[in-house]
Amino acid sequence: MTQDSDVLLSQVIDILSDFSPDNTPITKTHHLMNDLELDSVKVMELMMILEDHFDLSIPLNILPNVNTVADLANEIANLEQQAAQ
Amino acid sequence: MKLLDRLRAFSQKHAIENSESLSPLGAVIEDLYSATEGSINGRRTILVGTNNYLGLSFDNECINASHQATRNFGTGTTGSRLANGSYSSHQALEQELGEFFGLPQAIVFSTGYMANLGIISSLVSPGDTIVLDEHCHASIYDGCKLSGANIIHFRHNQAQDLEKRLRRLGEQAQHALIIVEGIYSMLGDRAALQELVAVKQKYDALMLIDEAHSLGVLGETGRGLAQEAGVEEHIDFITGTFSKSLAGIGGFCVSRHPELNIIRYASRPYIFTASPSPATIASTRAALSIIQNRPNLRHQLWENATTLYNGLQSMGYELGPEISPVIAIQVGPREEALSMWQKIFDRGVYVNLVLPPATPDSNCLLRCSVSAAHTRAQLDVVLDAFAYFQDKLPQQQLA
Repeated sequence: MTQDSDVLLSQVIDILSDFSPDNTPITKTHHLMNDLELDSVKVMELMMILEDHFDLSIPLNILPNVNTVADLANEIANLEQQAAQ
Repeated sequence: MKLLDRLRAFSQKHAIENSESLSPLGAVIEDLYSATEGSINGRRTILVGTNNYLGLSFDNECINASHQATRNFGTGTTGSRLANGSYSSHQALEQELGEFFGLPQAIVFSTGYMANLGIISSLVSPGDTIVLDEHCHASIYDGCKLSGANIIHFRHNQAQDLEKRLRRLGEQAQHALIIVEGIYSMLGDRAALQELVAVKQKYDALMLIDEAHSLGVLGETGRGLAQEAGVEEHIDFITGTFSKSLAGIGGFCVSRHPELNIIRYASRPYIFTASPSPATIASTRAALSIIQNRPNLRHQLWENATTLYNGLQSMGYELGPEISPVIAIQVGPREEALSMWQKIFDRGVYVNLVLPPATPDSNCLLRCSVSAAHTRAQLDVVLDAFAYFQDKLPQQQLA
């Protein structure tokens, strides 16, 4: 993992901390639905917050590829790369 | 996990019961006495959760038209519009819808759900982008998914938030489809349509509005929110349903774009299903005529909506943000909401119980839909049923 991706992951974890059900520290291996208990409404809210934080369009279409916190950070990194091209 | 195990897990997670006892998600109407009263679980019940806004389900003109059509054309079409299922009455309804909206193109679908599914999935494709209000109905989400396009939300009714998300799309914004609703089905609020249309115009995107809950309800002649807001000329596609104010079943899309007609040949939800029955089309045509000829129904609907909304608000209930025929009452956690629904039913009133994640913000809702056909006496019974809980409301909920 590069330094940039470490920073991005850390930012995603910071944002997700507001969604942690019992303020448990979040790691990259946490599962969004099973561990963080994010239902579809919370996921929609999360996506809009992430879009605003990274000033990036993050379509819902990425969600089937996202299970863990690390998956989410990777998808955002990919979208940032595409936007920069 | 095996397939059936997954269903059992779903059942446990959502506490779905298989018992014979009355359930808000499985209430069965055994008999109907009018548009606003029926029998549920053996008890005479006032119906305040049926979307029957103008009360036309028992209108004589609609029933007679439906009866005559069944006699003349049979019970069903038994085929798709692109095969044997196009009757002159389908074409006549499309013509009448176009005239009603003052638009050149109209397509009829078999349900409102399929109208959204069929139009959205045919208009946009993978690589395009849809930007939709986060409170949009499931049929819109499903149409978006079926299209394969990129799906982006904007915050409910916030034009500035829509603009921010369109700006991020850059040149792609010109190829985006913005989707909003006339009246949102969960909280009963209108779209902030003038502001949203101004953003749409600035970015030269297309806009679709679903007038499912606002057809026959809003606008000088009942055409919906776009008419009320004075922005019809800027709307690209209007979808809607026959199953609410028109008291039948079916859906439609009207448009100023001649290309709408091509969707007949590209839309799988239009092609691969049987067309609406002759009886359905006939009663819908009669109801559409009534919307235009009996504006007093719309006035009565708003008078009733105002009575119920103000009555509930004065009791301290936390309601949707504006007076509307859809009145959403915020209630507590799931068990409390279930108990409240049951006690209201025990007082002879049926309302909808809506549970997360179907609700916008993880709160449970008791949702009333008002009808022009409700009498003042019926509304008083409904208010009395809710008054039972008045002294039990949490203090912070009291106005």
